[in-house]
Amino acid sequence: MKKLLYLAVICGLLVACGGNSSEEEKNPYAMEGGTPEAQAAANANPSYDPERGEGKFTKVDVSPTLDEKMAGSGQKVYEVKCNSCHKLTDEKLVGPGWKDVTQRHKAEWIMNFVTNPDVMLDKDPKAQAQLEICLVRMPNQNINDEEARTLYEFMRKNDGVK
Amino acid sequence: MKQLKYLSIIGATALALSINGCKPKNAGNAVTGNAAAKAYVAPGKYDEFYNFISGGFSGQLSVYGLPSGRLLRVIPVFSVDPEKGWGYSEETKPMLTTSHGFVPWDDLHHTELSQTNGEIDGRWVFGNANNTPRVARIDLATFRTAEIIELPNSGGNHSSPFITENTEYVIAGTRFSVPPDDADGDIPINTYKQNFKGHISFISIGKEDGKMDIAFQLECPGVNFDLSHAGKGKSHGWFFFSCYNTEQANTLLEVNASQRDKDFIMAVNWKKAEEYVKAGKGKKQAVKYAHNVYNEKTHTATSEIKTEIIVLNTKEFADICYFIPCPKSPHGCDVDPTGEYIVGSGKLAALIPVFSFDKIQKAIAEKAFEGDYEGIPVIKYEAALYGEVKKPGLGPLHTEFDGKGNAFTSMFVSSEVVKWNIKDLKVVDRVPTYYSVGHLCVPGGDSRKPNPKYMIAYNKITKDRYLPTGPELAQSAQLFDISGEKMQLILDFPTIGEPHYAQAVSADLIKGKSVKFFKLEENTHPYVSKGEGTTKVVREGKTVHVYMTAIRSHLAPDNIEGIRMGDEVYFHITNLEQDWDVPHGFAIKGALNAELLIMPGETQTLKWVPDRVGISPMYCTDFCSALHQEMSGYVRVSPSGSNVPLLFSTGKNLPAEADGK
Repeated sequence: MKKLLYLAVICGLLVACGGNSSEEEKNPYAMEGGTPEAQAAANANPSYDPERGEGKFTKVDVSPTLDEKMAGSGQKVYEVKCNSCHKLTDEKLVGPGWKDVTQRHKAEWIMNFVTNPDVMLDKDPKAQAQLEICLVRMPNQNINDEEARTLYEFMRKNDGVK
Repeated sequence: MKQLKYLSIIGATALALSINGCKPKNAGNAVTGNAAAKAYVAPGKYDEFYNFISGGFSGQLSVYGLPSGRLLRVIPVFSVDPEKGWGYSEETKPMLTTSHGFVPWDDLHHTELSQTNGEIDGRWVFGNANNTPRVARIDLATFRTAEIIELPNSGGNHSSPFITENTEYVIAGTRFSVPPDDADGDIPINTYKQNFKGHISFISIGKEDGKMDIAFQLECPGVNFDLSHAGKGKSHGWFFFSCYNTEQANTLLEVNASQRDKDFIMAVNWKKAEEYVKAGKGKKQAVKYAHNVYNEKTHTATSEIKTEIIVLNTKEFADICYFIPCPKSPHGCDVDPTGEYIVGSGKLAALIPVFSFDKIQKAIAEKAFEGDYEGIPVIKYEAALYGEVKKPGLGPLHTEFDGKGNAFTSMFVSSEVVKWNIKDLKVVDRVPTYYSVGHLCVPGGDSRKPNPKYMIAYNKITKDRYLPTGPELAQSAQLFDISGEKMQLILDFPTIGEPHYAQAVSADLIKGKSVKFFKLEENTHPYVSKGEGTTKVVREGKTVHVYMTAIRSHLAPDNIEGIRMGDEVYFHITNLEQDWDVPHGFAIKGALNAELLIMPGETQTLKWVPDRVGISPMYCTDFCSALHQEMSGYVRVSPSGSNVPLLFSTGKNLPAEADGK
């Protein structure tokens, strides 16, 4: 299980180095950053905010009450791009069920994750913990910013916000 | 650093080989020390050029990276490709439809990239089918065949698909003259001279969408049209074709079509022909030809049979066509970047004639004709000739240009490439090729702006160049560095099929606009499933439509019951992924068909006619995730007339009780 995680970390680091011309003479197969343990430690990344995740969303305004219309749009996106893998209950299908997801993560984290899954899966401890359970990297479904917000509203509706 | 060390070792080895090599024409003495470094593209790095190489008798088009010689993709064009479902999926079958019906194979000879102002614009690449005459347009955003048009009145489409400098037209001249399609063709073959005609098609290309339409055809005397190139710059508005078999032989052409001392280059004033067509001077002729278009929104091709064409009989117009004598069965017909020089390569000649566009114009104005051939004026050889390259080698075939005043001509018989100066017609350099070179390619080498860093020679004979693989060997391409005065061989690489002409272009012009996936929102396939909630199985009599989705890592539905013997089942599979490089495959046991390979956001259909009662597994064929092996399902087939209800589900068909069925 752990090996997969390390692999993901290594892949992430390799991708991060691509295109850096000063790295050109290094053997691209060489393991960078020392042992997998050292890499995992380095990956703790003190500047990284695990509550917010990484992506464009730094601050999302969420009203205490539900925007029904927005939630309706979110449901349509869910039905095309998400429901193959996520149930609305707490049951895990390919990915975790969505029940109470808005209690587990902040809006910013969720919206960053659905729009920027590859980077988050390489960096974010909570996303990586889920990958260890699900073993399928969440696909990038090319959700745009507006769709991400409507999806979040639909998640809130699913979690009982009126 | 280490890589550099390895490289220098490789270089040193090559150098050692070159010192030790004493046999003439072996690899050792042709390769110099820095060749490996010049062709080396490090893992993860991109090549500098795309090379679009005709697949010859494979019917396909291959895409290589240069200078590495790495095969990047094989694009199916005129032949079925079970790997990609091309010609097997319901959506792609219409692409291979012709007036003869479904044709699963052809022979793709030449490639030509679209141009604007005589420069490669990176939008489309065209390919020709030599056997059942057709032209294809391949879209360079999707790297897929977008359109195929059939050519009436033609037999063997060889001098094709060469283009005018703004891609106004793609031209296709018949190789084998034949009686016109609306004539009674049930005639003795030896009435060639009386009844056979050579037609040249002018296919107009839509400025924005690239749509092909046969604008008109020119009816010309019955000869073999071999190769062609458009005029450019000052000669824009003209087209030049090489012709052989002006003897009009219909048997043992090897001897009977090699009798005359000179055949022809045919100069065509196509702007003039265009004017006559616009003025309504063309004749309408009843014909039948297929026009096939792939739609990237419905993800489906349609095929339409068209029934009329406009033909200009060139004999009836004094100022469209002119013949120019050209020694000994000319093959290549190439126009230099300035548009002034037309190089005819007589494949049995020991010299290369170079014609001058200005002199041709003067000869026409002054009627410097030596007579006519089948009603077409023949310009005096000397009146059109700029000069001859003397003793260039044996068997000149094709010429490319570097835009710096030099030409490169392939010599089939003497297995070499000869570089010569266009102005003074003197040979500058020659290099051996291994063996029997056919076409050459310089990036942009037939355009107004060559990018002359490399030249590739496509050889016909391989022999000892690679490890033996039985009687058949991959045909070898050879990459030369032509940035200096001397040509330098730097790499051999194997190709698919038999490459003829090829085109190369800077990767920067194409790589940025490559489509990564198809947007689900834009998918208007009639059997699309946008989300798992819309999947279903619908019976319409004996036809069953399965609306299925694929996403990492399951099919929905993955349990289907209630299929009966005698049913025709259509699996319409939508790939719900919206990310780059995540195709899903689909295959079902016993399908007399192929797999599907479905790109993200796309819908494709596999027809399956079950041939026995029982359980048939189906699965995803393209390794997609850690749980790819789990991406599978079952279809239950019952006898005809069975009352097993139609059921379909994913994750709901839970195990039956132990004693249940």
